[in-house]
Amino acid sequence: MNVGAGALSIRRVGKIYDPDAARVVALDDVSLEIPAGEVCVVVGPSGCGKTTLLNCIAGFDAVSTGEISIDDELLAAPGRRLAPGADRMVVFQAGALFPWKTVLWNITCGPVLSGRLARGEAEDRGRTLLARVGLAGIEPQYPGELSGGMKRRVEIIRALLNDPRVLLLDEPFRALDALTKSVMHEALLELYDLSPKTILFITHDLEEAIFLADRVAVMTTRPGRVKTIVTVDLPRPRDYRMLSTRRYGELKQEALEAIHEEALKAFAAGERELA
Amino acid sequence: MWQGLAGIALFLGLWQLGSALRLPMLRHVPTPLEVLVQLASAVQSSQYWLSWYVSGRRVFLGYAIGVGLGVPLGLAMGMSRTFHDTSFPVLEVLRPIPPLAWVPLSILFWPTMEQTIVSIIFLGAFFTVVLNVLGGVEAIDENYRRAALSMGARPWHLFWRIVLPATAPSIFTGMAVGMGLTWEIVVAAEMIASIQAGLGFLMWQAYVGGNIALIIVAMVSIGLAGLVSSSLIWLAGRRLTPWLRRT
Repeated sequence: MNVGAGALSIRRVGKIYDPDAARVVALDDVSLEIPAGEVCVVVGPSGCGKTTLLNCIAGFDAVSTGEISIDDELLAAPGRRLAPGADRMVVFQAGALFPWKTVLWNITCGPVLSGRLARGEAEDRGRTLLARVGLAGIEPQYPGELSGGMKRRVEIIRALLNDPRVLLLDEPFRALDALTKSVMHEALLELYDLSPKTILFITHDLEEAIFLADRVAVMTTRPGRVKTIVTVDLPRPRDYRMLSTRRYGELKQEALEAIHEEALKAFAAGERELA
Repeated sequence: MWQGLAGIALFLGLWQLGSALRLPMLRHVPTPLEVLVQLASAVQSSQYWLSWYVSGRRVFLGYAIGVGLGVPLGLAMGMSRTFHDTSFPVLEVLRPIPPLAWVPLSILFWPTMEQTIVSIIFLGAFFTVVLNVLGGVEAIDENYRRAALSMGARPWHLFWRIVLPATAPSIFTGMAVGMGLTWEIVVAAEMIASIQAGLGFLMWQAYVGGNIALIIVAMVSIGLAGLVSSSLIWLAGRRLTPWLRRT
């Protein structure tokens, strides 16, 4: 693994939606430097622009101001938007495994169709990773036959097999129950420890954020910007016993205070909009 | 399977019983046995099988053209906003016109009656297929497209690997519904148009000749024809969309 690749730089990024001249400032002056191989988790209240930020990095959306680059290669600036690509693989909140293809095809289609890996090699790697997260033998099944937790693991493996420079995860475990979620966290961390990648993970679940992250960026309510960054100095590899350590409690408290303030603001703003 | 056969037997039994009891509403209806006798003689006549062949060919031609044009058109409308906005209003005005309402104009337009009937069948299948395919494309989850782009997919990948398979279930639904319509239309068209063969013609001829048992034989034949053709579509659809099979 080349640790030098995948440094993500977000500099003073702003995004203004202007439907029918009603200027909605979704992002305002967001700056975040994520060194290669770091897990950065972005938390914030609903509607703070977390997903907008991710869409701008992925290339689904254009930025209005500022710049985004990976390894000093400019991805996005006003009037410039690099098409989505395998170097910035996205895992979506609602899941996007192709239901019409088997698990094996789903996880290998990216590298195989783009010609990066021979089919045989891609399949070998896929099988190995599936076995890693306890899913050996599900290769010939269709996504519709899997449970929610299994699908999410398959989807993360699909993303990893595309060998992105940055892995973008948009609340991937939101729809899962608490138990499945904790299994997912361990699976994700295990895969991460296997080949550390730069990860930008979006969530509104603080526990999840601290458990996974090297750094947690707390965003403000709309217009979104980075309010604080909490550095998580818990050692890796992580396991669930860390959730009961004092250090974890302190970190959570620190992040909680920042996010609670924003949640209150978001709530008040919602009240005003309704009034 | 056995329940189905038992149901058919029960239906025939009740019918026979009703006839035996001389129920007033069955006064002009022959008994199942008489129909069976008529059927036995029909299957030995070449005219009966010719009717199957002629109607079947009309249905197949009109349907194949309808599907062949309807699927690409539906896909194109679903994928191009401009094309959709240009063609949809035309489609929406023409679609509610019942296929049989096209008969007079078609007779004037087409040189032969055969072409007229095929074109009417075409219309029935075509609109159903276009609308289903269009609906299917429009219902594709945007995330599939984004996920594919995020994996570096090229435009042709998007079409062959995402749009087409994602729309496949709707294509087959449209094809199955369209198939049902074609048999309704062929019979009606054959009865309206003065034409010399087909199951609809057979039925009309039986009516004119006062052979009620033969009318029923023709009716059952049409039912079977529709059943067989829909089953073929359904089977093909199942084979081509294996991911929809529930375990």
